[in-house]
Amino acid sequence: MRAALAFLRNTWRGLTAMRTALTLLFLLALGALPGALLPQRSLNQQKVVEYIEEHGWWGRLLNRLQFFDVYASTWFAAIYVLLFVSLVGCLLPRTWEYAKQMRAKPVLTPRNLARMPHHGTAETGESVEDVMARTRERLRGWRLVEREEADGARSVSAERGFLRETGNLVFHFALLGLLIAFALGKMFGYEGQVIVQAGGGQFCNSGVFNYDSFRPGLRVDGTRLTPFCVKVDRFHATYLDNGQAESFQADIQYQSGADLESGTWRPYPLRVNSPLRTAGDRLYLLGHGYTPLFTVTFPNGETRTGATQWQPVNQVTLASEGATKFDPPGVTDAERRRREQLAITGLLAPTAAFHGELLDSGFPEARDPAVAVDVYRGDLGTDSGRGQSIFSIDQEQVRDGKLVKVARQNLRQGEQLTLDDGTVIRFDGVRDWVSLQVSHDPAQVWVLVFAVLVILGLLVSLSVKRRRVWVRAKPSGDGRTVIEVGGLARTDQAGYGAEFTALSRDLLAHEEKS
Amino acid sequence: MPVNQALATYSDWTYAAAVVVYVVAAVLYLCEQAFSRAKAPRREAVAAGVGAGVGAGAGGDVRVAGTGADGTWTPGRVVAAPRPSRAERLGRMGLALNVLGALLHLASLVLRGLSTGRAPWGNMYEYGSLLTLAAVVTWLILVRSLPVRRLGGFVLVPVVVLMFMGGTVLYADAGPVTPPLQSYWLAIHVSIIAVGSGVLLVPGVASVLYLLKSSGRARFTRLPDADALDRVAYRSTVFAFPLFTIGIICGAIWAEAAWGRFWGWDPKETVAFVSWVVYAAYLHARATAGWRGRPAAWINTLGFALTVFNLFFINLVTTGLHSYAGVS
Ligand code: HEM
Repeated sequence: MRAALAFLRNTWRGLTAMRTALTLLFLLALGALPGALLPQRSLNQQKVVEYIEEHGWWGRLLNRLQFFDVYASTWFAAIYVLLFVSLVGCLLPRTWEYAKQMRAKPVLTPRNLARMPHHGTAETGESVEDVMARTRERLRGWRLVEREEADGARSVSAERGFLRETGNLVFHFALLGLLIAFALGKMFGYEGQVIVQAGGGQFCNSGVFNYDSFRPGLRVDGTRLTPFCVKVDRFHATYLDNGQAESFQADIQYQSGADLESGTWRPYPLRVNSPLRTAGDRLYLLGHGYTPLFTVTFPNGETRTGATQWQPVNQVTLASEGATKFDPPGVTDAERRRREQLAITGLLAPTAAFHGELLDSGFPEARDPAVAVDVYRGDLGTDSGRGQSIFSIDQEQVRDGKLVKVARQNLRQGEQLTLDDGTVIRFDGVRDWVSLQVSHDPAQVWVLVFAVLVILGLLVSLSVKRRRVWVRAKPSGDGRTVIEVGGLARTDQAGYGAEFTALSRDLLAHEEKS
Repeated sequence: MPVNQALATYSDWTYAAAVVVYVVAAVLYLCEQAFSRAKAPRREAVAAGVGAGVGAGAGGDVRVAGTGADGTWTPGRVVAAPRPSRAERLGRMGLALNVLGALLHLASLVLRGLSTGRAPWGNMYEYGSLLTLAAVVTWLILVRSLPVRRLGGFVLVPVVVLMFMGGTVLYADAGPVTPPLQSYWLAIHVSIIAVGSGVLLVPGVASVLYLLKSSGRARFTRLPDADALDRVAYRSTVFAFPLFTIGIICGAIWAEAAWGRFWGWDPKETVAFVSWVVYAAYLHARATAGWRGRPAAWINTLGFALTVFNLFFINLVTTGLHSYAGVS
């Protein structure tokens, strides 16, 4: 029992020693670094998969050691939890100490002031009383006590800069608060992304299934999202001549709270850097792209239009790739349907630039849209049970010969092609889509509050110096008075010299003036 | 907003002129360092009566304020200075040119801002320019109160290297910035981080010199006192650390509006966090027995290495949300 207690006490002491805190700080820095150098799942799932594939056993080892989820890893959590235990262990006694010091009187004046790092002395014709009065006057704003000493001498012991410790404690407590608020946000927040077509596309925050991707906090099951709806009327971008984007704006309308019942839509110009804040959530404009519009006229005369968003593959020219898929109309027989499904894949250029037959995009704005399409017919594999990407066709179906390429052609806006069975595919142009993000973080205000406290605490603790000054006035015997001044900076010495010089000049060199 | 080409051209010229003037200043400083006697006169010691000297180090007259050997007060006695040595004259010329260079440097930034009608730190070239200007100005402020002028060359060499790279490989024509950067936070966040990082160049250099000096090798005895180097490092770090902290927090506030979250471990955010922790460790080390001196200097050097790593590696090699370098 006693051994266990001793062990606990030693562990605690070790953990709260400054040396341990320093070591943990280094571990924290070291542990955070791989997250900047290795791909991270939270940022880019795809890159992680590629990295692991490329690096064989090394990639798998890193994966097992959670190096692709550094900030959610057990070992990273261990470091910061230990650091904060250490911080608490360090703060509690310091706070106690601080409270005691607030009430304590400045320490006794040392017998020999000449031993202090800063020191000065002079003789004056004033009386001890006068010197003391002058000293009190000069040291206004300092915490001081005056004491009677032997042989008719008097001394003042003064201290200044308690705010340094105050600031320091505020800083460290605010760090604690910041971490806690951060963790709460991670638990009770969520983030979801969704692509919405401009020209009236709608999205409602009514359930997780409405999102293309959704990342819930640990304590979020997606059943209690705050409801609101948005409708994207128009997307507008302007570009410089070199293709650099100059502005993006999505004109949206939204309804939340009572508006949902009354059906009122409120307009909002959604821009990068200016999210919509409503119902405790934030709505962001993250990106945009194009949807090619195809009209397919089937041999039986029926038409279908396809408007599936394609994905930019070049962020500068917005050349995009994707797959627009069709089911043959009026076909109920599953077998036959699987022979006649259509998919249009290929490249979309908002502004066509042909290099011979090869299509590329010359500009990100939709000035002269064109597509280079491969048309496939057969079984898209939608019933195969495998998940389908909306941006591509299932290459396995192609390899198995179940999905066959039946045409390849470039189409400008308004142009069309005809398949061997008489099906006509017309490219009608493009429509904009926007990708939106909804974020929810109930604790982020607190993160901000603590961050501001961190700054304030830091500024105070680094700019205020704790220092002491002592003044002793002693009758010299021949009716004159010897003044002695000593000074000591409690923290780093840098910078106390000048202040002490000024102080002692005022205190000692009085006689010259009178 | 259209770019004013004439102003943009003047900005480029003043930038180039600043680099040239810095080079000359650096050479003069280095000459002073090379020609000064091995044991430079310890000016600080003269004024040791009541602590640090007043106006010491700038050369010329030394005002002695303090108590003399007999213990009496001698206010502001002015001692006629000996004729400055040749090395000193070179150093003073270096300092004068350094100031001139800084003015040209400042002019180039202002002109760029005027020509583009926005805060002139929207790409890597402009960011580097502001960063190095902050380093130079910090240096000019420190030499006023600490006897380290001779080291100007060691500060100006990395500044010139950074500016040269900025003006060549990283150069970007004056122009508007992309929509994510069109925010008043560009003016706030980026300037604070750039100035903070620039100030941190000075303690980085001072710490390296401290490590050399305190290694005890004869070759480095001409460097100023290790104590003075330590003070240069500490003072500038203590100034820069809160700035850096504010810069990071402003970045988080901006990210909340621009990227949908205030913190997301983007590579640049991560490395900024790591260097912040390293500088916090430096300040702790200075307050921990057994960690002062060389260990602390190592930590500070590491901090600056991380800052440079963040600037180059993270901007140019990895891709993240911060990829606004304007380098194609
Ligand atoms: C995230 C972790 C931490 C950070 C970022 C941090 C940051 C800082 C900073 C910037 C200072 C000011 C230094 C100065 O006054 O010169 C400071 C001071 C201090 N910190 Fe921390 N700290 C952390 C954790 C800790 C822990 C775990 C302990 C104790 C075990 C601790 C103990 C102290 C002490 C004693 C001081 C006063 C040093 C002085 O006298 O100036 N800190 N801290």
